[in-house]
Amino acid sequence: MTKKNKKLTTEQQKYQKLQKKRETKRPVITNCIKAFLVGGFICTIGQALQLFYIYNFNFTQKTAGNPTTATVIFFAMLLTGFGVYDRLGQYAGAGSAVPVTGFGNAVISACIEHRSEGFVYGVGSNMFKLAGSVVLFGTFSAFVVALIRTLVMKWGGF
Amino acid sequence: MLEGQSTWIFENKPVIISTATVGGPFEANGNISDDFDILHEDLWLEQESYEKAHKVLFEEAFTKAIEKANLTKEQIQFILAGDLINQITPSSFAARTVGSPYLGLFGACSTSMEGLAIGAYITNYGGADYILTGAASHNAAVEKQFRYPTEYGGQKPPTAQWTVTGAGAAIIGKIGNGPQVTSATIGRVVDMGLSDPFNMGGAMAPAAVDTIMAHLRDRHINPSYYDLIVTGDLGQIGHEVSIDLMKEKGLNINETNYQDCGLMIYRKDQPVLAGASGAGCSATVVYGHLLNRMKQGEFKKILVVATGALLSPLSFQQKESIPCIAHAVSIEYGGE
Repeated sequence: MTKKNKKLTTEQQKYQKLQKKRETKRPVITNCIKAFLVGGFICTIGQALQLFYIYNFNFTQKTAGNPTTATVIFFAMLLTGFGVYDRLGQYAGAGSAVPVTGFGNAVISACIEHRSEGFVYGVGSNMFKLAGSVVLFGTFSAFVVALIRTLVMKWGGF
Repeated sequence: MLEGQSTWIFENKPVIISTATVGGPFEANGNISDDFDILHEDLWLEQESYEKAHKVLFEEAFTKAIEKANLTKEQIQFILAGDLINQITPSSFAARTVGSPYLGLFGACSTSMEGLAIGAYITNYGGADYILTGAASHNAAVEKQFRYPTEYGGQKPPTAQWTVTGAGAAIIGKIGNGPQVTSATIGRVVDMGLSDPFNMGGAMAPAAVDTIMAHLRDRHINPSYYDLIVTGDLGQIGHEVSIDLMKEKGLNINETNYQDCGLMIYRKDQPVLAGASGAGCSATVVYGHLLNRMKQGEFKKILVVATGALLSPLSFQQKESIPCIAHAVSIEYGGE
C-alpha cells in the first residue's frame, strides 16, 4: 500500500477504486506519437533555421543557436497571441511543450493573461509565473552538473 | 418545514416568476442556444478584462430577469448570488448595480441551487415578496483563477471539463405564475480523497449521490417520483460513476430520467472533453433550457442537484483533497 492510501478510510478507497474504472485514461501511446511528430517537426524547422543562419550570415554552428532560438520563440509568441498555440498544445502535448517554443508560450501566455492588471502588477510580476520554475531549477541543475564536472576533472586527474 | 434530516418542504410553494440566462460564444454554438435570452459573440463582452465581462454577464441576467417579471429594481428585496472568482466580486459588483440588499453565496458550482433553496425558504416564510437569485461563471476568468493562462499550451486530460461562460438568474416570488419550488435538501461536504483538479466529476459524484439519497429518504419517495433528476456539472465520468455508486448503495435509478446539465449544454463535437462545468452551467441549463421544457409540458416534477467542488487553487497546490457538495431543489409545474 502506498503512503497516500494509508490516510484514506476504507470507504474512500472503495470509492476511488470504483471511480478509477470509469475514469477515461489518457491515450498515452497516441499522445506519444503525436508529441514525437509535432515536436520533431518544430525541431526540423529549428534545424532549417540554423542552417539558414549559418549559410546566409556570419554564424558558426555554435553561435547560430541564438538567432535560431530567438526566431522560433518569436513565432511561438505570435501563435500564442493569435490563440493557436494552446490548441496545438492540446493536440501535441509534450511535442509543443518541451521545445523552446513551449517556454516562449508559457511566458507570453502569462503576460497576455495578466495584461488586465497593468504592466507592473500584471505583466511584470506574472510573466514568469509558469516559466519561473524552469529558469530556477534549470539554472540550479546546470550549476550542480558543472560543479560535479569540475570536481571530477580536478581530482580525477583527467 | 424541516422534514427528515436536511430537507425543507415549502408548503406555500414559492414561484419562480421569471428567469434569464446569458451565454458566451461557445454556448451560442452549443446544443441549447435557443434557450438563452442573451448570447454574446465576444468573450470580452466589450470590457477590458474578463472579470469585468463576468460581472456584465451577471448584470445582464439580473436586469433581464427583472424586466421579464415586469418588476422594477426597487421591488427586489434581496439578492442571493455567487460565483467562483476570488471573494465573489462579480456577484457583489452586479448586486451593487441592482442596489438591493444582498447576501453573497459561495457553493462553487452548486451556488445556483444554494441560492434557489435559501431564496425559496425566505419567500416561503414571508421573509420577502421577491428575491433575485443567480450564479455565473466566465470561462477565461475562472480558468485564470483556478488553472493556467488561457493561451498556455498545456494538454488537458480527457477527464477535464470546460467552464461555462454564462449567467442564470431567477426571481422567486411569494405568489405568481410559473414553476413552483416545492422542497430543498441541503447537502453535506463529502470528500472521497480525490485530488485531481482535472477530474472534478469523479470527485463530485459521491456528493451528488449523498444528497439525492438524503432527499429521497427525507421525503419518503422513490426516484420515479420525478420526471427528471438532473445533476449540475458531473460531466461524463462523474455521471457514470454516480450511477455506479447509486447501484452499489441499492438505489436503482432509471437512466433515461437521470441526466447531467454538463452534458446538455454543448454539442457532442465541441472540444469540451468530459463535459461542461462552472457555476453558470447548472444556472443557465436549469433557468433556461429545463424550465422551458417544463413550461412546454415535458416534465412536471424535476429535482435539480447542483454539484460543487470546494477547492481553491491554494488548497490544491498544498496537496489537499477536493471536498465536494451538492444541493437539491425540487421544482414542479403543471402538476396537481
